[in-house]
Amino acid sequence: MDKLLEIKDLHVNADEKEILKGLNLTINKGETHVIMGPNGAGKSTLANVILNNPEYTKTRGTIEFEGKNINSLSADKIAKKGIFMSFQSPEEIPGISTMNFLKVAKNKVTGKPVKIFEFKKEVEEYMEELNMNPKLINRNLNVGFSGGEKKKNEILQMLVLNPKLAILDETDSGLDVDAVRTVSKGIKMYKSKENAVLIITHNMKILSELKVDYVHVLINGKIVTTGTDKLVKEIEKDGFAKYKKAEI
Amino acid sequence: MRTKVEDINRNIYDIKNKDNYEFKIKKGLSKEIVEEISKQKNDPDWMREIRLKALETYEKLDLPTWGPDLSELKMDNIATYVKPKSDLNSSWDDVPEDIKNTFDKLGIPEAEKKSLAGVGAQYDSEVVYHSIKEDLLKKGVIYTDMETAVKQYPEIVKEHFMKCVPINDHKFVALHAAVWSGGSFVYVPKGVKLDIPLQSYFRLNSPESGQFEHTLIIVDEGASLHFIEGCSAPKYNKVNLHAGCVELYVKDGAYLRYSTIENWSKNMMNLNTKKAIVGKNAQIDWVTGSFGSRVSMLYPMSILNGENAKTEYTGITFAGKGQNLDTGFKVIHNAKNTSSLVNSKSISKGGGSCTYRALVRVSENAKNSKCSVSCESLMLDDISRSDTIPVNDIRTDEVTFSHEAKIGKISDKEIFYLMSRGLSEEDAKAMIVRGFAYPISKELPVEYAVEMNNLINLELEGSIG
Repeated sequence: MDKLLEIKDLHVNADEKEILKGLNLTINKGETHVIMGPNGAGKSTLANVILNNPEYTKTRGTIEFEGKNINSLSADKIAKKGIFMSFQSPEEIPGISTMNFLKVAKNKVTGKPVKIFEFKKEVEEYMEELNMNPKLINRNLNVGFSGGEKKKNEILQMLVLNPKLAILDETDSGLDVDAVRTVSKGIKMYKSKENAVLIITHNMKILSELKVDYVHVLINGKIVTTGTDKLVKEIEKDGFAKYKKAEI
Repeated sequence: MRTKVEDINRNIYDIKNKDNYEFKIKKGLSKEIVEEISKQKNDPDWMREIRLKALETYEKLDLPTWGPDLSELKMDNIATYVKPKSDLNSSWDDVPEDIKNTFDKLGIPEAEKKSLAGVGAQYDSEVVYHSIKEDLLKKGVIYTDMETAVKQYPEIVKEHFMKCVPINDHKFVALHAAVWSGGSFVYVPKGVKLDIPLQSYFRLNSPESGQFEHTLIIVDEGASLHFIEGCSAPKYNKVNLHAGCVELYVKDGAYLRYSTIENWSKNMMNLNTKKAIVGKNAQIDWVTGSFGSRVSMLYPMSILNGENAKTEYTGITFAGKGQNLDTGFKVIHNAKNTSSLVNSKSISKGGGSCTYRALVRVSENAKNSKCSVSCESLMLDDISRSDTIPVNDIRTDEVTFSHEAKIGKISDKEIFYLMSRGLSEEDAKAMIVRGFAYPISKELPVEYAVEMNNLINLELEGSIG
């Protein structure tokens, strides 16, 4: 088995407050992982800290990617290593069209020139699969996009950049049934034996069409249990109460 | 966009030619000096009298009691007139090599071939090159240096010179009127519409000197013009002074677009004055990019005297380390149904300071007028400053007025978002800043829009950690 991500005993602070309190997680090539947990458990913190968002400070532990410690790399270098994160609230960037941005990102991540004609065709095909309005490509990045359009745009970026590990931070939140299905379709299109996905979610619907290998329950900064997709159904029925009690 | 950024020659503006003048007046300001300038220029008596009267006014007026600190400016250390070793030429081949090289590197002759209907180029105190396309001459368009205008069109000049901007407007206007030299004169006859722009470029090479060019433009009834003004200077350790004056007359039904890219070096005190008088159904649009200088005080003014007169101001200011750029826009609504639209943006970094200082005055007779102001500031760090100081003096109830101001720091969230897509911190910041500036940069003439993006990249380089 090829190990992609290995997190050991990770402790993370935000504004002096400890959010992650000794988290361990290993993701191998070909796997789909799901992280569930109540609000405030540290799910988004985990996603952000893997990309080394400067808002968070690692106080202990290591994050390795393909056997190399990436604790202190900046987000751009981590992106170049092949980790992608779909943002919960994607930023609006005026003054650059979505198409130009995709070109710049592709060029930066791969370090290779982008063949414009081929690239444009590829992007258009993905957009069609994702049911995106083709006009969005000429609009400024995320500016004036609806919530659903922004999330689809994240999935589009994932497909275009084709990372080794994609982390989806509540990509399904706030979406209607059809959009959730589209996002789910995008993940299926992306997924291969060579890459891995880490899905952070509240919503069980996004998982119904995906083959999930591991489900982790994150409570109060730690993974308290790990199971298979059966765990999803159990939580759907009973919630997190059982695990919260165990934690206390 | 990227390739252009990488190709930029960052030394263009800083090429210093030897201070190789034909005549440089001694430093300081006195009656003798003003008389000597007048003699050097072969002024007619009426112009000499204007100069001397202006000097008296200068001596009576105080320095402004507000705005940036001007104490570093010592008139005793400034030579107000530097005549380059060149006559006025109508062919670049006749311009001396070192001067021609400078303008070549600034891309002026090339732009002239591609996209301009006429060009003026000033080096220190004198215009060294002036040209205009043949067909425009035939239509009666006049585009020449100011000295030629004084001699060939004295009646027009007398009627308009220092009339739009009165000599006692402020101390540096009076100084300008006393020692002015160079600049461009444009007359567009009734109904003549120029579809490609004229451009004047002002280069100050000589250290410890001043540039005081005078631009006088008259766009007659129903005519239309786009005028571009560019300026730059190499950097010296001592203070240089720019106190130009721009007087614009936009007659009934006429249109004038006045674009400026100011890229003075960071030892320049830029104390410039620009005003336009706008007639019935006429319009003036100002497009301004201010990037250089140590201190700038620049507030173009539109005086809307005719019914239905319109003005738009689109401006961007970028202040880096050691720069205090105090800029803005003034508009006087003096007639019915006049309208003004202001869109100003500023960027400050490295301890630089940007101030948007503005005046909107709507007089009692300007019923049914509209004024809409939007100004946004972006600060790239915690040590930079940004202020907005608007003065609104509205003397009628029948007016639609809106003012929107936003001051903010560059967003760490946006930077992180872009970095997560493989952009370095510098690239991410540059992308955000270019995006912020884009609504303005798209209004600039295309070469200058590219130049502005290059400047943004240059300014941001090495700004990280």
